[in-house]
Amino acid sequence: MIELKGIHKSFEEKAVLRGVDLKVEKGESVVVIGGSGSGKSVLLKHIIGLLKPEEGTVTIDSTDISRLDEDGLNELRKKTGMLFQSAALFDSMNVWENVGFGLKRHTSMTDREIKEIAVQKLKLVGLTGVEGLMPSELSGGMKKRVGLARAIAMEPDILLYDEPTTGLDPIMADAINDLIIKMREKLHVTSVAITHDMRSAYKIADTIAMLYNGVIIARGTTDEIKNTSDPVVRQFIEGRSTGPIIIEGIER
Amino acid sequence: MLVRLIEFFGVIIVKPVEGVGRALLLLGSVLKNIFKPPFDIRNIFGQMLEIGVNSLPVVLITAIFTGMVLALQSFTGFKRFGAEGLVGSVVALSMTRELGPVLSALIVTGRAGAAMAAELGTMRVTEQIDALETLATNPVKYLVVPRFLSGTIMLPALAVVTDIVGIIGGYLVTVVWLGASSKAYMRATWDFLKTDDIYSGLIKSCFFGAAFTLISCYKGFYAKGGAEGVGQATTGAVVFSSMTILISDYFLSAWLFK
Ligand SMILES: Nc1ncnc2c1ncn2[C@@H]1O[C@H](COP(=O)(O)OP(=O)(O)O)[C@@H](O)[C@H]1O
Ligand SMILES: [Mg+2]
Repeated sequence: MIELKGIHKSFEEKAVLRGVDLKVEKGESVVVIGGSGSGKSVLLKHIIGLLKPEEGTVTIDSTDISRLDEDGLNELRKKTGMLFQSAALFDSMNVWENVGFGLKRHTSMTDREIKEIAVQKLKLVGLTGVEGLMPSELSGGMKKRVGLARAIAMEPDILLYDEPTTGLDPIMADAINDLIIKMREKLHVTSVAITHDMRSAYKIADTIAMLYNGVIIARGTTDEIKNTSDPVVRQFIEGRSTGPIIIEGIER
Repeated sequence: MLVRLIEFFGVIIVKPVEGVGRALLLLGSVLKNIFKPPFDIRNIFGQMLEIGVNSLPVVLITAIFTGMVLALQSFTGFKRFGAEGLVGSVVALSMTRELGPVLSALIVTGRAGAAMAAELGTMRVTEQIDALETLATNPVKYLVVPRFLSGTIMLPALAVVTDIVGIIGGYLVTVVWLGASSKAYMRATWDFLKTDDIYSGLIKSCFFGAAFTLISCYKGFYAKGGAEGVGQATTGAVVFSSMTILISDYFLSAWLFK
Protein backbone atom coordinates (compact mmCIF):
# COMPACT_ATOMS: atom_id res chain seq x y z
CA MET A 1 0.00 0.00 0.00
CA ILE A 2 1.20 3.47 -0.86
CA GLU A 3 0.13 6.52 1.09
CA LEU A 4 1.12 10.12 0.45
CA LYS A 5 0.16 12.56 3.19
CA GLY A 6 0.35 16.33 2.87
CA ILE A 7 3.22 16.38 0.39
CA HIS A 8 4.64 19.84 -0.23
CA LYS A 9 7.38 20.43 -2.79
CA SER A 10 8.66 23.58 -4.40
CA PHE A 11 11.50 24.46 -6.72
CA GLU A 12 13.08 27.86 -6.13
CA GLU A 13 10.02 29.65 -4.74
CA LYS A 14 7.71 27.85 -7.14
CA ALA A 15 5.31 25.66 -5.18
CA VAL A 16 4.57 22.62 -7.32
CA LEU A 17 2.91 20.34 -4.79
CA ARG A 18 0.94 21.97 -1.97
CA GLY A 19 -0.34 19.21 0.19
CA VAL A 20 -0.97 16.13 -1.92
CA ASP A 21 -2.86 13.28 -0.27
CA LEU A 22 -3.14 10.03 -2.17
CA LYS A 23 -3.75 6.48 -1.06
CA VAL A 24 -3.23 3.45 -3.27
CA GLU A 25 -4.39 0.06 -2.02
CA LYS A 26 -2.50 -3.15 -2.66
CA GLY A 27 -3.18 -4.39 -6.18
CA GLU A 28 -5.00 -1.22 -7.13
CA SER A 29 -4.30 0.68 -10.33
CA VAL A 30 -4.47 4.43 -9.82
CA VAL A 31 -4.11 6.94 -12.62
CA VAL A 32 -3.23 10.53 -11.77
CA ILE A 33 -4.34 12.98 -14.42
CA GLY A 34 -3.36 16.62 -14.71
CA GLY A 35 -2.12 19.22 -17.16
CA SER A 36 1.41 19.52 -18.44
CA GLY A 37 3.65 21.04 -15.81
CA SER A 38 1.12 20.43 -13.03
CA GLY A 39 3.66 18.35 -11.10
CA LYS A 40 2.68 14.81 -12.04
CA SER A 41 6.24 13.65 -12.58
CA VAL A 42 7.30 15.38 -9.37
CA LEU A 43 4.56 13.48 -7.54
CA LEU A 44 5.65 10.15 -8.99
CA LYS A 45 9.29 10.75 -8.13
CA HIS A 46 8.34 11.18 -4.48
CA ILE A 47 6.94 7.64 -4.36
CA ILE A 48 10.32 6.14 -5.23
CA GLY A 49 12.35 8.60 -3.19
CA LEU A 50 13.99 10.41 -6.12
CA LEU A 51 12.66 13.62 -4.61
CA LYS A 52 12.19 14.38 -0.95
CA PRO A 53 9.17 16.33 0.24
CA GLU A 54 9.63 19.55 2.20
CA GLU A 55 6.62 18.60 4.23
CA GLY A 56 4.52 15.48 4.46
CA THR A 57 5.24 11.77 4.39
CA VAL A 58 5.38 8.95 1.90
CA THR A 59 4.50 5.62 3.46
CA ILE A 60 4.94 2.35 1.66
CA ASP A 61 3.71 -0.84 3.33
CA SER A 62 3.63 1.08 6.60
CA THR A 63 7.26 2.34 6.41
CA ASP A 64 7.85 6.06 6.21
CA ILE A 65 10.44 6.16 3.44
CA SER A 66 12.09 9.33 4.75
CA ARG A 67 13.23 7.25 7.74
CA LEU A 68 15.02 4.72 5.56
CA ASP A 69 18.80 4.86 5.10
CA GLU A 70 20.35 4.30 1.68
CA ASP A 71 20.32 0.52 1.98
CA GLY A 72 16.75 0.48 3.19
CA LEU A 73 15.65 2.71 0.35
CA ASN A 74 17.46 0.48 -2.13
CA GLU A 75 15.67 -2.60 -0.78
CA LEU A 76 12.41 -0.77 -1.41
CA ARG A 77 13.50 0.24 -4.89
CA LYS A 78 14.28 -3.34 -5.80
CA LYS A 79 10.59 -4.02 -5.23
CA THR A 80 9.51 -1.02 -7.30
CA GLY A 81 9.75 -0.60 -11.06
CA MET A 82 9.53 2.72 -12.83
CA LEU A 83 8.88 3.44 -16.48
CA PHE A 84 10.16 6.89 -17.39
CA GLN A 85 8.43 9.21 -19.82
CA SER A 86 11.41 9.10 -22.19
CA ALA A 87 12.15 5.46 -21.22
CA ALA A 88 15.58 6.64 -19.90
CA LEU A 89 17.36 3.59 -21.30
CA PHE A 90 21.12 3.53 -20.68
CA ASP A 91 22.48 4.44 -24.08
CA SER A 92 25.87 2.88 -23.44
CA MET A 93 24.29 -0.56 -23.07
CA ASN A 94 22.39 -2.79 -25.46
CA VAL A 95 18.80 -3.85 -24.89
CA TRP A 96 19.34 -6.99 -22.83
CA GLU A 97 21.97 -5.30 -20.66
CA ASN A 98 19.45 -2.54 -20.00
CA VAL A 99 16.74 -5.00 -19.06
CA GLY A 100 19.12 -7.06 -16.94
CA PHE A 101 20.80 -4.11 -15.20
CA GLY A 102 19.09 -4.65 -11.85
CA LEU A 103 19.77 -8.39 -11.93
CA LYS A 104 23.42 -7.79 -12.75
CA ARG A 105 23.78 -5.36 -9.86
CA HIS A 106 21.79 -7.16 -7.23
CA THR A 107 21.99 -10.88 -7.89
CA SER A 108 24.85 -13.27 -8.47
CA MET A 109 23.40 -14.55 -11.74
CA THR A 110 25.73 -15.14 -14.66
CA ASP A 111 25.44 -13.03 -17.81
CA ARG A 112 23.88 -15.99 -19.55
CA GLU A 113 21.12 -16.35 -16.98
CA ILE A 114 20.53 -12.62 -17.00
CA LYS A 115 20.24 -12.55 -20.76
CA GLU A 116 17.79 -15.44 -20.64
CA ILE A 117 15.55 -13.57 -18.20
CA ALA A 118 15.89 -10.37 -20.22
CA VAL A 119 14.77 -12.16 -23.37
CA GLN A 120 11.82 -13.62 -21.48
CA LYS A 121 10.77 -10.19 -20.12
CA LEU A 122 11.15 -8.68 -23.56
CA LYS A 123 8.85 -11.36 -24.90
CA LEU A 124 6.33 -10.45 -22.23
CA VAL A 125 6.23 -6.89 -23.60
CA GLY A 126 5.96 -8.18 -27.16
CA LEU A 127 9.54 -7.78 -28.34
CA THR A 128 11.63 -10.55 -29.86
CA GLY A 129 15.00 -10.48 -31.54
CA VAL A 130 15.94 -7.01 -30.30
CA GLU A 131 18.09 -7.99 -27.32
CA GLY A 132 21.35 -7.18 -29.11
CA LEU A 133 20.29 -3.76 -30.43
CA MET A 134 21.38 -0.43 -28.94
CA PRO A 135 18.69 1.97 -27.62
CA SER A 136 19.48 4.44 -30.42
CA GLU A 137 18.32 1.83 -32.93
CA LEU A 138 14.83 1.56 -31.42
CA SER A 139 11.62 3.45 -32.19
CA GLY A 140 9.83 5.40 -29.46
CA GLY A 141 7.31 2.63 -28.83
CA MET A 142 10.01 -0.01 -28.67
CA LYS A 143 12.01 2.09 -26.19
CA LYS A 144 8.98 2.29 -23.90
CA ARG A 145 8.54 -1.47 -24.10
CA VAL A 146 12.20 -2.05 -23.28
CA GLY A 147 11.84 0.44 -20.40
CA LEU A 148 8.85 -1.56 -19.19
CA ALA A 149 10.78 -4.82 -19.51
CA ARG A 150 13.55 -3.26 -17.42
CA ALA A 151 11.02 -2.09 -14.83
CA ILE A 152 9.56 -5.60 -14.40
CA ALA A 153 12.86 -7.51 -14.58
CA MET A 154 13.21 -7.72 -10.79
CA GLU A 155 9.55 -8.76 -10.40
CA PRO A 156 8.44 -5.69 -8.47
CA ASP A 157 5.37 -5.31 -6.29
CA ILE A 158 4.85 -1.71 -7.36
CA LEU A 159 5.01 -0.25 -10.87
CA LEU A 160 5.13 3.45 -11.59
CA TYR A 161 4.41 4.74 -15.08
CA ASP A 162 5.29 8.27 -16.17
CA GLU A 163 3.12 9.11 -19.19
CA PRO A 164 3.37 5.64 -20.70
CA THR A 165 1.47 6.52 -23.88
CA THR A 166 2.55 10.10 -24.56
CA GLY A 167 4.21 10.58 -27.91
CA LEU A 168 3.07 7.27 -29.34
CA ASP A 169 0.69 6.73 -32.22
CA PRO A 170 -2.83 5.65 -31.11
CA ILE A 171 -2.33 2.00 -31.95
CA MET A 172 1.01 1.78 -30.16
CA ALA A 173 -0.51 3.69 -27.25
CA ASP A 174 -3.30 1.13 -27.01
CA ALA A 175 -0.79 -1.69 -27.17
CA ILE A 176 1.03 -0.14 -24.19
CA ASN A 177 -2.30 0.18 -22.35
CA ASP A 178 -2.90 -3.52 -22.93
CA LEU A 179 0.56 -4.27 -21.60
CA ILE A 180 -0.11 -2.29 -18.43
CA ILE A 181 -3.31 -4.23 -17.88
CA LYS A 182 -1.47 -7.47 -18.56
CA MET A 183 1.22 -6.56 -16.03
CA ARG A 184 -1.39 -6.11 -13.37
CA GLU A 185 -3.21 -9.31 -14.19
CA LYS A 186 -0.09 -11.43 -14.53
CA LEU A 187 2.17 -9.91 -11.90
CA HIS A 188 -0.48 -8.63 -9.45
CA VAL A 189 1.32 -5.34 -9.03
CA THR A 190 0.11 -2.16 -7.39
CA SER A 191 0.45 0.57 -9.95
CA VAL A 192 0.43 4.33 -10.23
CA ALA A 193 0.36 5.84 -13.69
CA ILE A 194 0.34 9.50 -14.55
CA THR A 195 -0.99 10.71 -17.84
CA HIS A 196 -2.99 13.38 -19.60
CA ASP A 197 -4.24 10.85 -22.12
CA MET A 198 -7.86 10.24 -21.03
CA ARG A 199 -8.39 7.22 -23.30
CA SER A 200 -5.46 5.56 -21.59
CA ALA A 201 -6.65 6.63 -18.13
CA TYR A 202 -10.12 5.15 -18.65
CA LYS A 203 -8.66 1.94 -19.93
CA ILE A 204 -6.04 1.18 -17.28
CA ALA A 205 -7.42 2.76 -14.11
CA ASP A 206 -9.42 1.34 -11.24
CA THR A 207 -9.28 4.78 -9.71
CA ILE A 208 -8.57 8.18 -11.23
CA ALA A 209 -7.27 11.16 -9.27
CA MET A 210 -6.79 14.64 -10.65
CA LEU A 211 -3.86 16.84 -9.68
CA TYR A 212 -4.57 20.53 -10.04
CA ASN A 213 -2.90 23.54 -8.42
CA GLY A 214 -0.65 21.29 -6.39
CA VAL A 215 -3.40 19.23 -4.74
CA ILE A 216 -5.57 16.23 -5.59
CA ILE A 217 -8.89 17.90 -6.31
CA ALA A 218 -10.89 14.82 -7.21
CA ARG A 219 -10.64 11.11 -6.80
CA GLY A 220 -13.04 8.36 -7.80
CA THR A 221 -13.63 5.26 -9.84
CA THR A 222 -13.39 5.62 -13.59
CA ASP A 223 -17.19 5.92 -13.84
CA GLU A 224 -17.40 8.45 -11.04
CA ILE A 225 -14.81 10.62 -12.77
CA LYS A 226 -16.51 10.24 -16.16
CA ASN A 227 -19.77 11.50 -14.65
CA THR A 228 -18.33 14.11 -12.28
CA SER A 229 -19.94 17.50 -12.01
CA ASP A 230 -16.71 19.20 -10.87
CA PRO A 231 -16.18 21.91 -13.52
CA VAL A 232 -12.37 21.68 -13.43
CA VAL A 233 -12.34 17.91 -13.88
CA ARG A 234 -15.04 18.13 -16.55
CA GLN A 235 -13.04 20.66 -18.52
CA PHE A 236 -9.93 18.51 -18.32
CA ILE A 237 -11.49 15.18 -19.27
CA GLU A 238 -13.40 16.76 -22.11
CA GLY A 239 -10.28 18.55 -23.25
CA ARG A 240 -11.82 22.03 -23.60
CA SER A 241 -9.63 25.14 -23.70
CA THR A 242 -12.38 27.24 -22.11
CA GLY A 243 -13.43 26.79 -18.51
CA PRO A 244 -12.22 27.38 -14.98
CA ILE A 245 -8.68 26.00 -15.52
CA ILE A 246 -6.09 28.74 -15.74
CA ILE A 247 -3.57 28.00 -18.45
CA GLU A 248 -0.27 29.73 -17.92
CA GLY A 249 0.66 32.08 -20.74
CA ILE A 250 -2.78 32.07 -22.38
CA GLU A 251 -5.01 35.07 -21.84
CA ARG A 252 -8.72 35.02 -22.38
CA MET B 1 20.08 50.84 -7.88
CA LEU B 2 22.18 50.20 -4.77
CA VAL B 3 20.09 47.16 -3.96
CA ARG B 4 20.57 45.86 -7.47
CA LEU B 5 24.30 46.31 -7.17
CA ILE B 6 24.40 44.50 -3.85
CA GLU B 7 22.30 41.69 -5.29
CA PHE B 8 24.60 41.51 -8.29
CA PHE B 9 27.65 41.08 -6.07
CA GLY B 10 25.72 38.68 -3.90
CA VAL B 11 25.11 36.43 -6.88
CA ILE B 12 28.71 36.72 -8.01
CA ILE B 13 29.92 35.67 -4.57
CA VAL B 14 27.31 33.03 -3.73
CA LYS B 15 27.31 31.16 -7.04
CA PRO B 16 30.94 29.98 -7.01
CA VAL B 17 30.89 29.37 -3.27
CA GLU B 18 27.75 27.28 -3.61
CA GLY B 19 29.39 25.40 -6.48
CA VAL B 20 32.50 24.67 -4.44
CA GLY B 21 30.33 23.55 -1.54
CA ARG B 22 28.34 21.15 -3.67
CA ALA B 23 31.49 19.83 -5.35
CA LEU B 24 32.95 19.13 -1.90
CA LEU B 25 29.76 17.30 -0.93
CA LEU B 26 30.18 15.20 -4.06
CA LEU B 27 33.79 14.53 -3.04
CA GLY B 28 32.57 13.41 0.38
CA SER B 29 30.11 11.06 -1.22
CA VAL B 30 32.83 9.72 -3.56
CA LEU B 31 35.19 9.04 -0.66
CA LYS B 32 32.41 7.35 1.29
CA ASN B 33 31.63 5.06 -1.63
CA ILE B 34 35.17 4.20 -2.74
CA PHE B 35 35.70 1.61 -0.02
CA LYS B 36 32.18 0.25 -0.01
CA PRO B 37 31.73 -3.08 -1.82
CA PRO B 38 30.83 -4.17 -4.45
CA PHE B 39 33.82 -2.92 -6.40
CA ASP B 40 33.20 -2.29 -10.06
CA ILE B 41 36.52 -3.58 -11.34
CA ARG B 42 35.37 -3.84 -14.95
CA ASN B 43 33.96 -0.35 -14.88
CA ILE B 44 37.17 1.04 -13.37
CA PHE B 45 39.32 -0.69 -15.98
CA GLY B 46 37.11 0.67 -18.73
CA GLN B 47 37.63 4.18 -17.42
CA MET B 48 41.37 3.66 -17.01
CA LEU B 49 41.51 2.60 -20.62
CA GLU B 50 39.52 5.64 -21.67
CA ILE B 51 41.52 8.13 -19.62
CA GLY B 52 44.97 6.61 -19.89
CA VAL B 53 45.39 4.56 -23.01
CA ASN B 54 43.17 6.57 -25.34
CA SER B 55 44.90 9.82 -24.34
CA LEU B 56 48.30 8.36 -25.12
CA PRO B 57 48.70 9.51 -28.75
CA VAL B 58 47.99 13.18 -27.96
CA VAL B 59 50.11 13.06 -24.84
CA LEU B 60 53.04 11.53 -26.74
CA ILE B 61 52.96 14.13 -29.48
CA THR B 62 52.68 16.99 -27.01
CA ALA B 63 55.46 15.60 -24.85
CA ILE B 64 57.98 15.09 -27.62
CA PHE B 65 57.45 18.53 -29.13
CA THR B 66 57.56 20.19 -25.73
CA GLY B 67 60.87 18.51 -24.97
CA MET B 68 62.14 19.52 -28.40
CA VAL B 69 61.20 23.18 -28.16
CA LEU B 70 62.49 23.39 -24.61
CA ALA B 71 65.88 22.06 -25.73
CA LEU B 72 65.98 24.32 -28.77
CA GLN B 73 65.10 27.44 -26.81
CA SER B 74 67.45 26.80 -23.93
CA PHE B 75 70.27 25.73 -26.23
CA THR B 76 70.20 28.94 -28.28
CA GLY B 77 69.68 31.03 -25.14
CA PHE B 78 72.35 29.35 -23.01
CA LYS B 79 74.85 29.52 -25.88
CA ARG B 80 75.09 33.28 -25.27
CA PHE B 81 76.89 32.64 -22.01
CA GLY B 82 78.41 29.32 -22.87
CA ALA B 83 76.12 27.14 -20.78
CA GLU B 84 74.92 24.75 -23.52
CA GLY B 85 75.99 21.90 -21.30
CA LEU B 86 73.04 22.56 -18.98
CA VAL B 87 70.33 21.97 -21.58
CA GLY B 88 69.85 18.38 -20.47
CA SER B 89 69.31 19.52 -16.86
CA VAL B 90 66.84 22.19 -17.87
CA VAL B 91 64.79 19.77 -19.92
CA ALA B 92 64.84 17.06 -17.26
CA LEU B 93 63.95 19.38 -14.40
CA SER B 94 61.24 21.29 -16.25
CA MET B 95 59.63 18.13 -17.55
CA THR B 96 59.56 16.18 -14.30
CA ARG B 97 58.74 19.01 -11.94
CA GLU B 98 56.40 21.08 -14.04
CA LEU B 99 55.57 20.34 -17.63
CA GLY B 100 55.03 16.61 -17.44
CA PRO B 101 52.32 16.78 -14.77
CA VAL B 102 50.68 20.01 -15.96
CA LEU B 103 50.63 19.37 -19.69
CA SER B 104 49.37 15.82 -19.39
CA ALA B 105 46.68 17.01 -16.97
CA LEU B 106 45.54 19.80 -19.30
CA ILE B 107 45.40 17.48 -22.30
CA VAL B 108 43.49 14.77 -20.47
CA THR B 109 41.08 17.41 -19.14
CA GLY B 110 40.35 18.58 -22.67
CA ARG B 111 39.70 15.05 -23.82
CA ALA B 112 38.45 12.90 -20.99
CA GLY B 113 37.13 15.66 -18.73
CA ALA B 114 34.96 17.08 -21.49
CA ALA B 115 33.75 13.59 -22.37
CA MET B 116 32.85 12.87 -18.73
CA ALA B 117 30.87 16.07 -18.33
CA ALA B 118 29.04 15.46 -21.61
CA GLU B 119 28.27 11.84 -20.82
CA LEU B 120 27.07 12.42 -17.27
CA GLY B 121 25.25 15.59 -18.34
CA THR B 122 23.36 13.68 -21.03
CA MET B 123 22.55 10.95 -18.55
CA ARG B 124 21.21 13.58 -16.14
CA VAL B 125 18.97 15.44 -18.59
CA THR B 126 17.62 12.22 -20.13
CA GLU B 127 16.79 10.87 -16.64
CA GLN B 128 19.27 7.99 -16.92
CA ILE B 129 20.76 9.00 -13.57
CA ASP B 130 17.27 8.88 -12.02
CA ALA B 131 16.81 5.49 -13.66
CA LEU B 132 19.99 4.24 -11.99
CA GLU B 133 18.59 5.27 -8.63
CA THR B 134 15.28 3.54 -9.26
CA LEU B 135 17.29 0.40 -10.03
CA ALA B 136 18.74 0.66 -6.51
CA THR B 137 22.13 1.78 -7.79
CA ASN B 138 23.96 4.70 -6.23
CA PRO B 139 24.88 6.90 -9.21
CA VAL B 140 27.90 8.40 -7.42
CA LYS B 141 29.30 4.96 -6.79
CA TYR B 142 28.44 3.69 -10.24
CA LEU B 143 29.44 6.71 -12.33
CA VAL B 144 31.70 9.05 -10.38
CA VAL B 145 33.85 6.70 -8.29
CA PRO B 146 35.34 4.76 -11.25
CA ARG B 147 36.15 8.00 -13.09
CA PHE B 148 37.67 9.58 -10.01
CA LEU B 149 39.83 6.53 -9.26
CA SER B 150 41.01 6.11 -12.84
CA GLY B 151 41.89 9.79 -13.13
CA THR B 152 43.88 9.72 -9.92
CA ILE B 153 45.71 6.56 -10.96
CA MET B 154 46.23 7.24 -14.65
CA LEU B 155 47.45 10.84 -14.57
CA PRO B 156 50.71 10.04 -12.73
CA ALA B 157 51.27 7.23 -15.23
CA LEU B 158 50.75 9.62 -18.13
CA ALA B 159 53.02 12.17 -16.45
CA VAL B 160 55.84 9.61 -16.30
CA VAL B 161 55.37 8.91 -19.99
CA THR B 162 55.40 12.66 -20.68
CA ASP B 163 58.58 13.11 -18.63
CA ILE B 164 60.42 10.35 -20.48
CA VAL B 165 59.23 11.28 -23.95
CA GLY B 166 59.98 14.97 -23.30
CA ILE B 167 63.54 14.10 -22.28
CA ILE B 168 63.89 11.99 -25.42
CA GLY B 169 62.63 14.97 -27.46
CA GLY B 170 65.25 17.18 -25.82
CA TYR B 171 67.92 14.61 -26.62
CA LEU B 172 66.89 14.45 -30.26
CA VAL B 173 67.18 18.20 -30.71
CA THR B 174 70.34 18.75 -28.65
CA VAL B 175 72.29 15.71 -29.74
CA VAL B 176 70.95 14.65 -33.11
CA TRP B 177 69.98 18.04 -34.52
CA LEU B 178 72.34 20.51 -32.85
CA GLY B 179 75.23 18.09 -32.58
CA ALA B 180 76.04 18.30 -28.85
CA SER B 181 77.69 15.33 -27.19
CA SER B 182 75.36 12.51 -26.24
CA LYS B 183 77.34 11.68 -23.11
CA ALA B 184 77.26 15.27 -21.86
CA TYR B 185 73.49 15.50 -22.40
CA MET B 186 72.84 12.30 -20.48
CA ARG B 187 75.10 13.39 -17.67
CA ALA B 188 73.39 16.78 -17.44
CA THR B 189 70.06 14.98 -17.31
CA TRP B 190 71.00 12.67 -14.45
CA ASP B 191 73.34 14.90 -12.46
CA PHE B 192 70.79 17.38 -11.23
CA LEU B 193 67.69 15.22 -11.24
CA LYS B 194 66.67 13.97 -7.80
CA THR B 195 64.05 11.36 -7.08
CA ASP B 196 62.23 14.08 -5.14
CA ASP B 197 61.70 15.97 -8.38
CA ILE B 198 59.96 12.97 -9.85
CA TYR B 199 57.94 12.18 -6.74
CA SER B 200 56.70 15.69 -6.25
CA GLY B 201 55.71 15.81 -9.92
CA LEU B 202 53.73 12.63 -9.42
CA ILE B 203 52.03 13.96 -6.30
CA LYS B 204 50.90 16.92 -8.34
CA SER B 205 49.61 14.55 -11.01
CA CYS B 206 47.55 12.61 -8.50
CA PHE B 207 46.01 15.81 -7.28
CA PHE B 208 45.28 17.05 -10.82
CA GLY B 209 43.71 13.69 -11.68
CA ALA B 210 41.44 13.83 -8.66
CA ALA B 211 40.58 17.47 -9.31
CA PHE B 212 39.68 17.29 -12.99
CA THR B 213 37.60 14.12 -12.65
CA LEU B 214 35.74 15.52 -9.66
CA ILE B 215 35.04 18.85 -11.38
CA SER B 216 34.04 17.27 -14.69
CA CYS B 217 31.77 14.73 -13.02
CA TYR B 218 30.28 17.43 -10.82
CA LYS B 219 29.48 19.60 -13.85
CA GLY B 220 27.87 16.70 -15.68
CA PHE B 221 26.09 15.31 -12.65
CA TYR B 222 24.29 18.58 -11.96
CA ALA B 223 23.65 19.58 -15.58
CA LYS B 224 20.19 21.02 -16.24
CA GLY B 225 17.99 21.88 -19.15
CA GLY B 226 18.58 19.76 -22.20
CA ALA B 227 21.28 19.91 -24.85
CA GLU B 228 22.22 23.48 -24.00
CA GLY B 229 22.79 22.55 -20.37
CA VAL B 230 25.02 19.66 -21.41
CA GLY B 231 27.04 22.03 -23.60
CA GLN B 232 27.46 24.46 -20.72
CA ALA B 233 28.45 21.65 -18.39
CA THR B 234 31.12 20.49 -20.83
CA THR B 235 32.59 23.96 -21.34
CA GLY B 236 32.45 24.62 -17.61
CA ALA B 237 34.18 21.34 -16.85
CA VAL B 238 37.13 22.15 -19.10
CA VAL B 239 37.43 25.79 -18.00
CA PHE B 240 37.17 25.11 -14.25
CA SER B 241 39.37 22.02 -14.36
CA SER B 242 42.09 23.83 -16.31
CA MET B 243 41.97 26.80 -13.97
CA THR B 244 42.08 24.56 -10.91
CA ILE B 245 45.06 22.69 -12.34
CA LEU B 246 47.03 25.85 -13.11
CA ILE B 247 46.23 27.64 -9.86
CA SER B 248 46.75 24.64 -7.61
CA ASP B 249 49.98 23.92 -9.49
CA TYR B 250 51.47 27.09 -8.08
CA PHE B 251 50.50 26.33 -4.51
CA LEU B 252 51.47 22.68 -4.72
CA SER B 253 54.85 23.69 -6.14
CA ALA B 254 55.37 26.25 -3.42
CA TRP B 255 54.58 23.58 -0.85
CA LEU B 256 56.44 20.65 -2.40
CA PHE B 257 59.61 22.47 -3.49
CA LYS B 258 60.19 24.75 -0.55
N1 LIG C 1 14.34 19.18 -10.73
C1 LIG C 1 13.59 20.28 -10.93
N2 LIG C 1 14.12 21.51 -10.74
C2 LIG C 1 13.38 22.61 -10.90
N3 LIG C 1 12.10 22.61 -11.29
C3 LIG C 1 11.50 21.43 -11.51
C4 LIG C 1 12.22 20.20 -11.35
N4 LIG C 1 11.38 19.17 -11.63
C5 LIG C 1 10.19 19.74 -11.96
N5 LIG C 1 10.25 21.08 -11.90
C6 LIG C 1 9.15 22.02 -12.16
O1 LIG C 1 8.00 21.50 -11.56
C7 LIG C 1 6.88 21.69 -12.40
C8 LIG C 1 6.15 20.40 -12.59
O2 LIG C 1 6.93 19.53 -13.36
P1 LIG C 1 6.48 18.07 -13.76
O3 LIG C 1 6.14 17.29 -12.55
O4 LIG C 1 7.56 17.53 -14.62
O5 LIG C 1 5.17 18.30 -14.62
P2 LIG C 1 4.26 17.24 -15.37
O6 LIG C 1 2.95 17.28 -14.70
O7 LIG C 1 4.17 17.69 -16.79
O8 LIG C 1 4.94 15.92 -15.25
C9 LIG C 1 7.37 22.32 -13.68
O9 LIG C 1 7.08 23.67 -13.64
C10 LIG C 1 8.87 22.11 -13.63
O10 LIG C 1 9.51 23.20 -14.22
MG1 LIG D 1 6.03 14.78 -16.61
